[in-house]
Amino acid sequence: MATIASEPVPLRPKGRPEGELRPLGGQRSGEAASVGGAHPRRQRTPWDLRSQQVIFGALTAVAVVFLVGPTIVVLLTSFTATESLRFPPQGYSLRWYRALLDADQMQAAAWNSLIVAVWTTLIAVVLGTVAALGIARSRSRFARAADVLFMSPLILPALAFGFAALVYIHRLGLHPSIPLLIVGHVIVCVPFVLRTTIAALAQVDPGLFDASASLGAGRLMTFRRVTLPIIGRGIAAGAFLAFMASFDNVPVSLFLADERTEVLPIHLWQQIDTNLDVRTAAISGVIIVVTIALMIVAERFAGLTRQLSR
Amino acid sequence: MAAAASASRDDWPLALPLAALFIAFFVAPFVVLLSLSLQAEQAARAFSLAQYAKFFGDTFNLSILGSTVWLAVRATLVCMLFGYPIAWVCARAPARWQSLLVFVVVLPILTSVVVRTFAWIVILGREGIMNHALRGLGLVDQPVPLLFTETGVIVVLAQVQMPLMVLPLFATLSRLDPNLGDASSALGAGAWRTFFRVTLPLSTPGLVAGCILVFSACATAFVTQTLIGGARLVYMPLHIYQQAIGANNWPFAAAISIVFTIAVMIVIYALNRTGRASKAYGDHR
Repeated sequence: MATIASEPVPLRPKGRPEGELRPLGGQRSGEAASVGGAHPRRQRTPWDLRSQQVIFGALTAVAVVFLVGPTIVVLLTSFTATESLRFPPQGYSLRWYRALLDADQMQAAAWNSLIVAVWTTLIAVVLGTVAALGIARSRSRFARAADVLFMSPLILPALAFGFAALVYIHRLGLHPSIPLLIVGHVIVCVPFVLRTTIAALAQVDPGLFDASASLGAGRLMTFRRVTLPIIGRGIAAGAFLAFMASFDNVPVSLFLADERTEVLPIHLWQQIDTNLDVRTAAISGVIIVVTIALMIVAERFAGLTRQLSR
Repeated sequence: MAAAASASRDDWPLALPLAALFIAFFVAPFVVLLSLSLQAEQAARAFSLAQYAKFFGDTFNLSILGSTVWLAVRATLVCMLFGYPIAWVCARAPARWQSLLVFVVVLPILTSVVVRTFAWIVILGREGIMNHALRGLGLVDQPVPLLFTETGVIVVLAQVQMPLMVLPLFATLSRLDPNLGDASSALGAGAWRTFFRVTLPLSTPGLVAGCILVFSACATAFVTQTLIGGARLVYMPLHIYQQAIGANNWPFAAAISIVFTIAVMIVIYALNRTGRASKAYGDHR
């Protein structure tokens, strides 16, 4: 990568008809051809550009099937009428969804997961938003160091942190409990809130704060009436990601949850590992549908896809 | 402007509450983990490198470390091969298609990782779709083992972590100035030449960010590694878990965790250096 980057783009015109096209925009541009050379303008797409579009398009098509396919497979499998996980299913029914109503352990685990995820999200949003306000525009060395520290749970092995947390609370003479599990989840989920909120703050014109202050608004008033309305969608997107990350967390829960405080992903992991049955497909179906519903809500109210792609 | 700058400089103490939480529950646990790894036994408090000597003295441990890094590298390469085209198409698509594509890309990462991995068990199992398709096409007579193979783990990791590659790449590609591509083609470069000499080098920051996220996610993907890899393919996360919970050998598990964390940090550092080397070429954020 470095060698490609360090060489300058050659400035030698080749006079090939590709000069007529705008590969980045994919649109035709007549003026460009006159720079390209003296060759007569040809209107057909050069093989060069065509092959690029075909190859990238084909890889994207394969990747989209690859990304979405498994989700559809699980959804269809969950409606099977038989006892096996064969795909496509022989006959459809809702029997495995009905079986979920009697799965007490699974329900308890799902409830624990929900409680942990809600508390984690609340704490992560409050601490994360406040911290984002502090470091987004600060040039102090502390702020930059804090930024690196706060983002590190995203890239350091989460499982090593989970085990470290277990060792740590043992040293302190404590035992795994829901509140400690929530603290562990906050550490690994707060980066999502920070990322989206800092990105949203970067779009705010600092002049607005001056204007608000010069009109006599205090700092709290400025935050409530100016900053929050602008960055609200960024915070909401971060909150959504933090909630999903907590609900889905395995590496931290693996060490900080015990039998009493078992959470859904751990319960499912053990179930798949030991005795796989079709109820797993049904609960997966529920999780997928709820995820898609939450994503649509997040897209509507927080512009999720835009928040994620900047 | 000067007033705004001075006002915002006052704001850094707002990060203190979160910094305190991180010091108490993120930095401190790692410090305790490090000190535990430097004990010869659980009870002994004397400084000792015995755990590390044990780790590096046994080729079994080293092969687990090596195969974990190699696994994550290969999964990252697969993510790059498919993730780059998606991001490239995304960046050129009309706004409405863009949202839909990003939605499709994000869906798998927001769906529970256990669910995503479970889906692949249905697909790759002996009676799964892949084996049905292969037998239907007459390519094989017997069901081929796909689950519990390294290739299977790589394929599933690539699907599960692909969004982490696509999102930063898409962000970088959509910020690129389209005039640069025009300039390149006006100067006579073909589509592929423009791609390899202009677009690809300029998107290096996004590519590096994506590689870092995917690599670390794949290296530490406990659920996918254990469920698709099975009990015979042991990678570092399962090794830590087995030593900590199964064998109850905490000092050794601590040493494995420290070695693993440092190994991941070294790869991330190397990737970052690669990114910085190409930054001179034009990161205009």
